[in-house]
Amino acid sequence: MRSIFTVTDIRPLASGVFAITFDAPELARAATPGQFVHIKCGHSRPLRRPFGICDVRGDMLTVAFEVRGDGTRWLAVSEPGRRVDINGPLGHGFSNPDGDILLVGGGLGAAPLLFAARRARGRVSAILGFRSDANAILREEFDSVCEDVFVATEDGSSGLRGTVVPPLEELMKTKRFSAVLACGPRPMLRAVADISESAGVKCEISLEERMGCGVGACLVCVCETQSDDVTKMSRVCRDGPVFDSREVVR
Amino acid sequence: MSADTRVVFAGVTFNNPVVAASGTFGFGREYSEYYDLSELGGICTKGLTLAPRLGNPPPRIAETPMGMLNSVGLQNPGVEEFIRYELPFMRRFDTRVIANIAGESAAEYAAMAERLSDAGVDMIEVNVSCPNVKNGGLQFGVSAAAVAEVTREVRRRANVPVMVKLSPNVTDITEMARAAESEGADAVSLINTLLGMRIDIKTRRPVLANNTGGLSGAAVLPVALRMIWQTRQAVRIPILGMGGITTGADAVEALLAGASLVGVGTASFSYPEAALSIRDGIAEYMNQNKIGSVSELTGSVILN
Ligand SMILES: Cc1cc2nc3c(=O)[nH]c(=O)nc-3n(C[C@H](O)[C@H](O)[C@H](O)COP(=O)(O)OP(=O)(O)OC[C@H]3O[C@@H](n4cnc5c(N)ncnc54)[C@H](O)[C@@H]3O)c2cc1C
Ligand SMILES: Cc1cc2nc3c(=O)[nH]c(=O)nc-3n(C[C@H](O)[C@H](O)[C@H](O)COP(=O)(O)O)c2cc1C
Ligand code: FES
Repeated sequence: MRSIFTVTDIRPLASGVFAITFDAPELARAATPGQFVHIKCGHSRPLRRPFGICDVRGDMLTVAFEVRGDGTRWLAVSEPGRRVDINGPLGHGFSNPDGDILLVGGGLGAAPLLFAARRARGRVSAILGFRSDANAILREEFDSVCEDVFVATEDGSSGLRGTVVPPLEELMKTKRFSAVLACGPRPMLRAVADISESAGVKCEISLEERMGCGVGACLVCVCETQSDDVTKMSRVCRDGPVFDSREVVR
Repeated sequence: MSADTRVVFAGVTFNNPVVAASGTFGFGREYSEYYDLSELGGICTKGLTLAPRLGNPPPRIAETPMGMLNSVGLQNPGVEEFIRYELPFMRRFDTRVIANIAGESAAEYAAMAERLSDAGVDMIEVNVSCPNVKNGGLQFGVSAAAVAEVTREVRRRANVPVMVKLSPNVTDITEMARAAESEGADAVSLINTLLGMRIDIKTRRPVLANNTGGLSGAAVLPVALRMIWQTRQAVRIPILGMGGITTGADAVEALLAGASLVGVGTASFSYPEAALSIRDGIAEYMNQNKIGSVSELTGSVILN
């Protein structure tokens, strides 16, 4: 559904990264983790911008975003009371598996995993990778809903030095997870999928692609997938953004 | 009295003049979650080919000032899967179904047209103007002789009205319109997208994986209006006019320029219900100006 919603809060999470919250009861009720919203960022930009749903509390829906270009710059100058046109919730999100799950997020990819952590049925562990301490977002939020949280930074300024891969390999040896849910840059997703698959653990990855309609009609947002030996161009906006890692052609 | 928005176009009755443009609306399934498709005059399907096609690699879209480029490359499930799975769904609505087809030879176009008209579509839209495929598509649309040949073959085998979709990527669009008309086309639709390009200055690479793509959206409206108007002077068959129509007022301009129906494409990406607000905007204009039928508007621009 598409409607106009009011901004209730916007706060910086890191330099150039904001969490924006909307009073959006209809969206909040319908949203499931891994889905996204499609936001009209002003009249002069015809294409809506897709953002994963970071959190839902009561009637409030939060999106965490980084200023990347014109549209996100428009969104960043929002103040409480601004009315914003949002279409959503859209797409196919994470399954909600039974048992303990592991979340692996890279950069802004951590955002949609927070919502997944909140709705999880079993215990939740999280590994979050960032460039450096200054970019590490949502740590308290993850701490409050996860059993354990491991942070890795490329420069070692916070948590472990390096990528999410070493802690992931370590954790896969010591714990048994029913699923790994991951969101972040493509190379990270590839590594997480490889490690999970070779450990025999189901892995769900959230992909990004440039979008037009956002609803599945225009076929611009595709990624190559394969199931039962049939190759398809699947729509990230509708068949995804979350896919079973075994289906996505790397 | 409120305006009668019905339009008889190439012998087919449309409940209103607004048609979803090919490739922007899939087969209607997704947008049917936003409104009842019976509210639309008609739907042009995604461009169909004989065999299924996977299309071009992503990224397939780039935003441009008040517009966008696409390079989908005719991803579609193929004619047979369309007939088996999509057409029955579309037939559930009181809206006209126009099958958009793209072939690699005149014979292929003709075979598809026959199969689809037997399967029960209301019209065939012959896409000789797709800028995003290597074989077929635009290669036919930029030569009057090729447009004529494809039209002739399709006209011979189709049992429903045939509309030829023209490309704006030509020196003189009226030459193509005349070629289609002379071989028996029942209507023309225009414009398809304008070939364009964007470059990412950080990577120095084109934004689209296909390097170039087709420009659509509000930015192209003036070009579309000029071409509709020129085509109106050149042929007697009716025109489905499209290209950048975003508001009811834009649609009225297209009708005044010479269109009998209007197509809505990219506007739906900004607002899923765009086609309906455009339809309502046309009706409002007609009521305010005491215009009894859409055909009174068609081509009624008063030149300076
Ligand atoms: C399913 C999904 C979920 C996303 N979730 C988030 C999120 O939670 N937080 C966040 O900060 N970002 C997220 N993104 C990326 C976000 O959509 C882009 O950063 C944003 O669209 C950039 O817009 P812009 O106008 O600032 O940038 P510009 O570069 O000016 O945008 C130009 C065009 O390219 C598109 N575009 C540019 N980068 C991307 C990208 N990475 N992905 C898709 N389209 C892009 C824009 O939408 C626009 O159409 C998500 C993307 C997808 C596909
Ligand atoms: C994503 C996309 C896909 C398209 N696919 C087709 C197609 O398959 N066949 C076709 O004839 N036109 C196709 N078109 C062209 C549109 O039908 C229309 O002619 C054009 O976009 C101009 O109208 P607009 O500005 O309202 O979008 C496509 C356009 C877009 C944006
Ligand atoms: S953005 Fe249109 S199909 Fe995904």
